[in-house]
Amino acid sequence: MIWDALLQPFADYGFMRRAILGSFAISVGATPVGVFLMLRRMSLTGDAMAHAILPGAAIGYLIAGLSLGAMTIGGLIAGMAVALLSGLVSRITALREDASLAAFYLISLALGVLIVSTRGSNVDLMHLLFGTVLALDDAALILLCSITSLSVLVLAALFRLLVLECADPQFLRSVSGLSAFAHFIFLMLVVLNLVGGFHALGTLMAVGIMILPAAAARFWATSVGSLVLVAVAVAMFSSLIGLLLSFHYSLPSGPAIILVAGVAYGISLLFGPSGGLIAQAMPRRHSEV
Amino acid sequence: MKTKRMLLKSAAVILALTVAGPAAAQANKPIPVVATFSILGDMVERIGGEHVAVATLVGPDGDTHVYQPTPADARAVNKAKVLVVNGLEFEGWLDRLIDASNFNGMRVKATDGIEPIAFEEGDGHAKHDDDEKHKDHEKQDEHAKDDDHGAFDPHAWHSLSNAVVYVDNITATLSKADPSNAATYYMNRAAYVAEIEALDADIRAIVAKLPADRRTVVTSHDAFQYFGRDYGLTFLAPQGLSTEFAVSAKAIANLIEQIREQKIPAVFIENISDPRLLKQIANETRAAIGGTLYPGALSAPNGPARTYLRMMRHNATALARALGS
Repeated sequence: MIWDALLQPFADYGFMRRAILGSFAISVGATPVGVFLMLRRMSLTGDAMAHAILPGAAIGYLIAGLSLGAMTIGGLIAGMAVALLSGLVSRITALREDASLAAFYLISLALGVLIVSTRGSNVDLMHLLFGTVLALDDAALILLCSITSLSVLVLAALFRLLVLECADPQFLRSVSGLSAFAHFIFLMLVVLNLVGGFHALGTLMAVGIMILPAAAARFWATSVGSLVLVAVAVAMFSSLIGLLLSFHYSLPSGPAIILVAGVAYGISLLFGPSGGLIAQAMPRRHSEV
Repeated sequence: MKTKRMLLKSAAVILALTVAGPAAAQANKPIPVVATFSILGDMVERIGGEHVAVATLVGPDGDTHVYQPTPADARAVNKAKVLVVNGLEFEGWLDRLIDASNFNGMRVKATDGIEPIAFEEGDGHAKHDDDEKHKDHEKQDEHAKDDDHGAFDPHAWHSLSNAVVYVDNITATLSKADPSNAATYYMNRAAYVAEIEALDADIRAIVAKLPADRRTVVTSHDAFQYFGRDYGLTFLAPQGLSTEFAVSAKAIANLIEQIREQKIPAVFIENISDPRLLKQIANETRAAIGGTLYPGALSAPNGPARTYLRMMRHNATALARALGS
């Protein structure tokens, strides 16, 4: 039966239940952040940030071994430092934020690789940093769910501010001093969610679950609220299907989840009613009315 | 005047040194040897003693599968008179390193003459790209063409009878490179081989006590086929053979199923793989976590597996303790 294929793996195996809980937590926490990243044309910032936190986590690993706490704190510090410094430089000097962000994350990455290769034993660090969603222990699950809760609460509190900052940053800056504040809080959410995500999916895969569902949602929804809802739905769907594919067809779980999200993006690109390729090719009768 | 005389004097000293240098060095300076990883380094030290200066590329607790050589390694290889490698495509990065370093000493493949265990078909091991040509083992290349990995399991040192072959290969090459000390090398070899054979007998005695239905073990890195063949144990692993492989949910589910069905008593964490995965599997199946096994590297000098023989003894006793209880 089809229900056997869908549900049996989760009924039989605790690691599958943990994996789905972990990836749902990431879907709910990281994907809304991804929507705002997309709206602010900062989709690639997520990728840069993922590289920026990697060395911090690596240093945490070198100091304390495979400790969730040390790697999380290390990643947070490195990510925050890069976010704050690049924001500061772009606000004080003539250098734009994208350029200063690129500069700082590259410095951070190079520093991390240097420290790891000179000080560490040659354990395959990337293997450890690229966590697998199949090996989530209690501590990692609690961390993921805490980050998601915090992220959702902060987003809810700052929702209007962030929407305004996306829609018309000049206006917000002219009427309120909160623009910079909102920007930094938002960047911290990005870092926080990426740090949570790398425990489960690995650094680069965490960016995937953040950005791809948001990009897919763009073809289905127009208001910010519905964008967030669709994106979260796409992310949860991708997690579920990706894990099941990994289970039934022996695929590595992280890439499977992200590729399902990629397929969802491709389908949205074609069939999405809001700016999808087919919708654009059709005569525009309905949208004119 | 004084400075001129000093200059002359030092010139004379330098001349004397350069003329006398090589001859003197051959008599008492240890010959530079490079071993690719810690286990080979330990063997070379036991055989060569004070007559060799061993540099080990992949140090304790390092993972040789995914090692990236540094320029310092290339310099060490360049200066080495003897390069000791495991072979069987264990060191995927080696050929490039040798090309880059202009190595012109003697190269000894420690696994020469052992009986290698072939990989089973359909295991799906991710391996290093095999585009380099291996002139010295064409036979292997023919096999490698069919698969995307080497044809044989390289972790041959987990068999103590293979270790004797390793030691013989190393001894022969050291003696060829440094004939004046050959007698010492062969003496050290004899003592070392005696120890290896004694340990082999010990481990056989330990393992022989295990009942037939408690001879299956789960480890995180499929590296113990030779150990299993020698002592009649079965090793299962959630990963493929190489540590760079990403794991699928199916592989873990199958493993859990197998642990439940066969009532496998223990899972082992290794010093070079992600322990979180095994802890999860242990939680799920209520199998005990049996301690740490050392598959591909020695431990740090204060650890329980700081020499090859200690490593083998540690692995055997840890296995026997977990399976026997």
